[in-house]
Amino acid sequence: MLEPFDYGFFRHAISVAVIAGALCGLVGTYVVLRGMSYIGHGLSHAIFGGAVASYALSVNFYLGAGAWGLVSALLIQRVARRRTIGADAAIGVVTSASFAIGIAIISVTGSFTRNFEAALFGDVLGVSFGDVAVVAGVALGTAVVVFLRYRQLLFATFDPDVAEVSGVRTGVVDVILAVVLAATITATMNVVGVTLIAAVLVIPPVIARLLTDSFHRMLAISVATGAACGFIGVYLSYYLDWSSGATVVITAATLFVVAWVVSALRQRAATPMGALEVH
Amino acid sequence: MERRALVELDKVTCRYGRDPVLVNIDLRVDAGEFIGVVGPSGSGKSTLLKVIAGSVEPIAGRMARAPDASFGYVPQVETVNWYFPVTVREVVLMARMDGRVVPWTSKAERAEADEILDRLGLGGLGDRHIRELSGGQQQRVFIARALLRRATLLLLDEPTNGVDVRTRHDVMHLIHELHHDGIAIVLTTHDLNGIASHLPQIVCLNREVIATGPPRQVITPEVLERTYGAPLEVLSHGGMPVVVEQYPELDEEDATAQPLREDHHEHLA
Repeated sequence: MLEPFDYGFFRHAISVAVIAGALCGLVGTYVVLRGMSYIGHGLSHAIFGGAVASYALSVNFYLGAGAWGLVSALLIQRVARRRTIGADAAIGVVTSASFAIGIAIISVTGSFTRNFEAALFGDVLGVSFGDVAVVAGVALGTAVVVFLRYRQLLFATFDPDVAEVSGVRTGVVDVILAVVLAATITATMNVVGVTLIAAVLVIPPVIARLLTDSFHRMLAISVATGAACGFIGVYLSYYLDWSSGATVVITAATLFVVAWVVSALRQRAATPMGALEVH
Repeated sequence: MERRALVELDKVTCRYGRDPVLVNIDLRVDAGEFIGVVGPSGSGKSTLLKVIAGSVEPIAGRMARAPDASFGYVPQVETVNWYFPVTVREVVLMARMDGRVVPWTSKAERAEADEILDRLGLGGLGDRHIRELSGGQQQRVFIARALLRRATLLLLDEPTNGVDVRTRHDVMHLIHELHHDGIAIVLTTHDLNGIASHLPQIVCLNREVIATGPPRQVITPEVLERTYGAPLEVLSHGGMPVVVEQYPELDEEDATAQPLREDHHEHLA
């Protein structure tokens, strides 16, 4: 059972998958509760454009793709503020344009074939110690930001209008979330890949939401579920010889089904009870 | 004795994009005052509350707030996401944004929140999800959040919108109690008969202030027509103005029905 841990590449893989899972569970909670689940899918495609551009311009991947992702996330927020457009359409416009730029660069330069599959589908078994360090750094930074801005993030996510009236600078909160989200997707892209990142960002918070009605518990359950999915997915992928990214997502989807059944059974078992009016 | 102004708007104008929402608004809210703002949808009632609270900046005019004034804003319940995973206590404690940096609340904060919940008749419901409460209780949770900010002025955006008569009565009773405790109140409402006519002071708004004063002086056919752009009949019942909406087609059909009871009203000029 412990045989895979004898290999250095596996220890790197499972460490990065656990940290990336926890990180996505943390950031994903805010993404899901803001009704922007599609942003993970869209932003990962946008960052793919940035990754290609960084490669073509010989710029460090994390810097180039991260900056590209941040600009895309801020653009999405800016466009989404126009009520005639809405968040879903804003994500569609900005991210598909960004992805298209990446494809255009590939067609012109003919490069980026080497890492193309890794970026699209993830290559968790090929991560280096440096990759683990980057994901750990982003996770630590994000945890610190959430810790220090917990109250503002909660208020601005639940009730942005009243938060603004109550002294929360919601514009600043939006920028903080954009930075954290862009950093998360850029750092974890190599783990699960562009095509599957939306799932690890969305499924753990959704599982947590099914299991609790309290925000702080949802945050904790989502982080734990993300980490567990990373661990179980990579471990199983070793024995099943499946794509590690896909196995992480299948694990998360399986846990979602379990949580959904548990939630349905709990609802059925609960005694029907009306709201208690107190005078 | 002259009352102290908490907030004063002098010729304030606001726009969303190119559209003016409020034009040349003069309004003064004193400590302990109780004002109702009435007007049609899109007349700028909610924007006026946000200007007072300071989240919408006027593009013209002058605005002054008392340095020690603190504002509590209670949103329309229709705008609340009732499926958001928050308990009653978590919502109330959102009022505490400043001071502590750490995410968890202090024992003193929790005790203060529970004390306010008790006072508003929500004792023991702190761990409930907000969706599990009745309409009146839900409204009180958001009032509790505003009170935890130690508000000297409560701004309530249509606090009785979409609730039944009994809940409306409960909510208004609570607001009245808070006013008696010395908290100034500004609320918006569409309900001219059920709410506005019972308040000491009302403001008729349609992008600009049409009239201000006690309901008996302000709720007149002329002012209402200027405010709502529709003719409305006003009767007096027990000294209070009663607005009667008329639908000629429906009223014609109804004319064949037997009247249930004859009331004695006098028409207000």
